Amino acid sequence: MMKIAKYVLYDILRNRFVMLYAFLLLVITSSMFSLDSDPGKATLSLLNIILLVVPLVSIIFTTIHFYNSYEFIELLLAQPVSRKTIYFAEYFSISLALSAAYIIGVAIPILLLNFSESSVYLIMAGLLLTFVFVALAFAASVATRDKAKAIGVALLFWFYFTLIYDGLILYIIYSFSDYPLEKVTLTLVSLNPIDLARIIILLKLDLSALMGYTGAFYKNFFGNSMGIIYSILFLVAWTLTPLLLAMRIFVKKDI
Amino acid sequence: MIIVSDLSKRFGKLEVLKSIQVDFNHGKSYAMIGPNGSGKTTLIKCVLGMVLPDTGTVSVNGKSITNDWSYRNLIGYMPQIGRYPDQMKIGQIFDMIRDLRQDQSHIDEDLIKEFKLDYMRDKRMHTLSGGTRQKVSASLAFLFNPRIMILDEPTAGLDPIAVEILKEKILSEKNRDRTFLITSHIMSDLDELTSNVVYLEDGKILFNDTIDLLKEETGELKLGRAIATIMKRNLKKTEIV
Repeated sequence: MMKIAKYVLYDILRNRFVMLYAFLLLVITSSMFSLDSDPGKATLSLLNIILLVVPLVSIIFTTIHFYNSYEFIELLLAQPVSRKTIYFAEYFSISLALSAAYIIGVAIPILLLNFSESSVYLIMAGLLLTFVFVALAFAASVATRDKAKAIGVALLFWFYFTLIYDGLILYIIYSFSDYPLEKVTLTLVSLNPIDLARIIILLKLDLSALMGYTGAFYKNFFGNSMGIIYSILFLVAWTLTPLLLAMRIFVKKDI
Repeated sequence: MIIVSDLSKRFGKLEVLKSIQVDFNHGKSYAMIGPNGSGKTTLIKCVLGMVLPDTGTVSVNGKSITNDWSYRNLIGYMPQIGRYPDQMKIGQIFDMIRDLRQDQSHIDEDLIKEFKLDYMRDKRMHTLSGGTRQKVSASLAFLFNPRIMILDEPTAGLDPIAVEILKEKILSEKNRDRTFLITSHIMSDLDELTSNVVYLEDGKILFNDTIDLLKEETGELKLGRAIATIMKRNLKKTEIV
């Protein structure tokens, strides 16, 4: 697997889009911290942008890259290597390349400008989200037969997790506001990787007071190390589920 | 030797291959001919394990290819369209494929030299013309001296000089103990390069024998005309039905 990933990773790292992505993140991060004197507020604004941009770029870039490499994957399939090897080589090269862009654009500047616990969590959340959404994009790519459809499905994933899902949660909380909903919302939040990432960082920024009683419940839950382990495990599950599901389809797919 | 038995494949409603039965023997070269959409590429892809058949089996040298990939050590494949990662260099493509092959004992770099690709090792793939990419594909297919060569429209997009180089290479390799499987729409090429014809139409094999026999049967001197006669004959049959 490493033999293929080495060359593919090199190819993606030289891709202009990935370079632009790293540069864009770098501009956003440094401007957030230069515009706002309060590092907490700056981290919060940065968080909101990252939670939109990272999933979107990961999912779109992966889908386009997968379909652009279609003929190349075909060539690899004619070589004596198993399909799983090719699949994981493609997955890891894309997610590592996008992670590298994220590290250059966000991790390094934020550690230099504002070294704190919340920053470390922000970096971790961004990296985990990259892996999650690259896996989701692979699921969208292998389940469809043409590029346009795949991008459509991938965008639908993004819309669902950034906009639609939150609306649904709000609706549920509003409709059932007479009942104790802490555990229900905790479950619902775990079903959306973006929300999971957001809550961890909001709690680290001590903004849980904004979220009222539920916030206090979350603080109680996520504030301790068990809560952190819980959320990381869930994000890992969010990576593995689509990744392995897509692999099963890819192994049987007609290329 | 490749044995294809009772192979069927459908894509949705479309039945692309209808219980195909064919053997490809060592030391022979086969021309796969058929109208567009007759199932040639699908058949090739089934042999390569890219398309998984609904029913039937393919075996290479006596071993079934289902859930096996090691048999591809024996195969050199030149695809119809070769597209490579944009930022990769020609040299890197060769290095990568060499990394993937276990058997490095018979490296054959003739085509790389004759196509003058070794002077372009540092060129990136996205700067290359379609023809040069075809040259890369051809050189890759011949690089490991494989026993079985599968060439999907090898001469399409190549300039006349390159076509001659490639044909020379195929002819010189043919004399050794190889299996060649070539699809093309250029009949004169196939007439020169191959000894047998497999004629596919609507996912069925209508003719599978030597070119000489085909010419004899139809009374034509050229492969192109012989094939045209067969196609017309089939057309009449369907009209009567």
